[in-house]
Amino acid sequence: MTYSYHEHISDIGIKAEARDLKSAFNEGASAMLNVMFDLTTIDENEAHEIRAEAPEIETLFVEVLNEVLSIQGLRELAFKRVETTAIEETAEGYRYSGRAFGEKFDRSRHEARTEVKGATYSGLRYNGGTGGVHELECILDV
Amino acid sequence: MKIEVKKVSDFIWEIPKTGDMLVPGRVYADEETIAPLVKEAVAGKPGGLTPALVQVANVATLPGIQKASLAMADIHPGYGFAIGGVAAFDSDKGIVSVAGVGFDINCGVRMLKTPLTRGDIEPIKTELANQLFRDVPSGVGSTGDIRLKESEIDDLLVKGSPFIVERGYGLSEDLEYTEEGGCIKGADPHNVSTRAKERQFKQVGTLGSGNHYLEVQYIEEIYDTEAARIYGLSKDQVVISIHCGSRALGHQIGTDYLKTLEAASRKYGIPIRDRELVCAPITSPEGKKYISAVNAGMNCAFANRQAIAHLARGAFARITGIRPDSIRMLYDVAHNTCKFETHIVNGVEKKLLIHRKGATRAFGPGRVEVPPAYRSVGHPLLVGGTMGTASYILRGTEKGMAECFGSTVHGAGRSLSRVQSKRQWRGTELLKDLAAKGIIIRSGSMSGVAEEAPGAYKDIDRVVEIMHMAGVNRKVARMRPMVCVKG
Repeated sequence: MTYSYHEHISDIGIKAEARDLKSAFNEGASAMLNVMFDLTTIDENEAHEIRAEAPEIETLFVEVLNEVLSIQGLRELAFKRVETTAIEETAEGYRYSGRAFGEKFDRSRHEARTEVKGATYSGLRYNGGTGGVHELECILDV
Repeated sequence: MKIEVKKVSDFIWEIPKTGDMLVPGRVYADEETIAPLVKEAVAGKPGGLTPALVQVANVATLPGIQKASLAMADIHPGYGFAIGGVAAFDSDKGIVSVAGVGFDINCGVRMLKTPLTRGDIEPIKTELANQLFRDVPSGVGSTGDIRLKESEIDDLLVKGSPFIVERGYGLSEDLEYTEEGGCIKGADPHNVSTRAKERQFKQVGTLGSGNHYLEVQYIEEIYDTEAARIYGLSKDQVVISIHCGSRALGHQIGTDYLKTLEAASRKYGIPIRDRELVCAPITSPEGKKYISAVNAGMNCAFANRQAIAHLARGAFARITGIRPDSIRMLYDVAHNTCKFETHIVNGVEKKLLIHRKGATRAFGPGRVEVPPAYRSVGHPLLVGGTMGTASYILRGTEKGMAECFGSTVHGAGRSLSRVQSKRQWRGTELLKDLAAKGIIIRSGSMSGVAEEAPGAYKDIDRVVEIMHMAGVNRKVARMRPMVCVKG
């Protein structure tokens, strides 16, 4: 399980790799949160439900990242990580459920980096299970 | 990918209309700046991002596009549309695209004129920097003191800047010198999600982060004395520049409608080359809703810059002893928008939906949208530089109205990625280097400072020169920063 960043002139591209799809979603969320904060400065005092639905795995990834951003902004939180509970197939596509862990944002304790405005459909890619690896990629608008 | 560019003039390059392109692409560039763009297009997708020239060509395939898919001189890859991209669509047969506006709806620049000179500020600039940093909330998740009640947010989205001025934050004349009077019509708060509104309650009057800033600058050089006189500008005069947008509300509208328009693109069978170009017909229910939500986002951003201007006036007054109302508006102009405007196409006046993505409106002389005091020369175009470099005030021209729907650049445009930038510079060292040049930076984030290193951007002087030489804008004045509060 790992995540990485790629060169991108105005924004930041993220890539998550893991042995299973749920872990790849978790890694993708960590990649995004690590753009916003020094994650080592955040404690896990609160957990928040993350839910999303989309027609495909790729768009589900974008939906989940945007949902994490949205709840974090709404509740004035700093999230440290996301744990995926389930990704289920539905008649319309896929349904995601998971939890994000973190605490109230406190600028005196949390090292804030760059605000992420949103996850985009640019550079969006899912490579499912080739060689036992699930890869998710997208570009964040920062 | 193969992409052909044809030289039209020393400062204009054309991507000829081929295949499914409905119009050609047109890029403002010179020999030296077009070369890396072509190289990037040939090399393919760096990091999954479509090269900027390919994006210009992709936009040229969208239904209802008029004249040409344009890119200003600060062109670089965006998502879907290139940054610096301008595209006009027929208001009946055209489309509206989330990618043509961006997530930071009505990101823009407001400039205030002070009655002070560089010499007045130089001895007190450290205190001034500290006061501005204290008074104007900035950074990730920043919240402000101007709190709204839940019932008031809809009002703010409909009224924009006047809502803030009515509460005593600013002068009524500020509105006259704001694009659209700080209030674009047709905003419908019902088409903005509750979550978008909830995220905004505490963010009115905050800068945000990334490339957003508040700068104290002095006028280093005047190029157009007549326009400078009309704008009330003189050499060495100190001005305040505010660069920010609609904060979380705009981001959430972008997120919400990315999903809505993704479904609409499929529903209406709109042929798009790139998934990010999701769009809806302007006249469809989805398109109308998105436009009304963008208008609400625009009003939110105008209001936000109005609130920040109020805070900046207060901080300035406290440190310098001048009256807050002696700090007057030069202008406030947006650079991430889609708006209905009338332009001449093939000799006929037409109502068009103009997308400007990282591009600034640049209306020239005579347009009714320009405040009467400026109408003889066109409204000021505010082009932001980076922390260590110059910013410019330009003005629009008749040629710009005819050639590029009255548009210009929005800034220098990045040349290095944020990752490359952080690898090359350290925030603390940059602060020292800039301090040695007499520029004081205040920021909550050192990595943010490194990402916005002046060396990571294209040469602003060159970018502006291209637009000036192409004749679509005229240079009026150049400013240098003294203090920068970075988001």
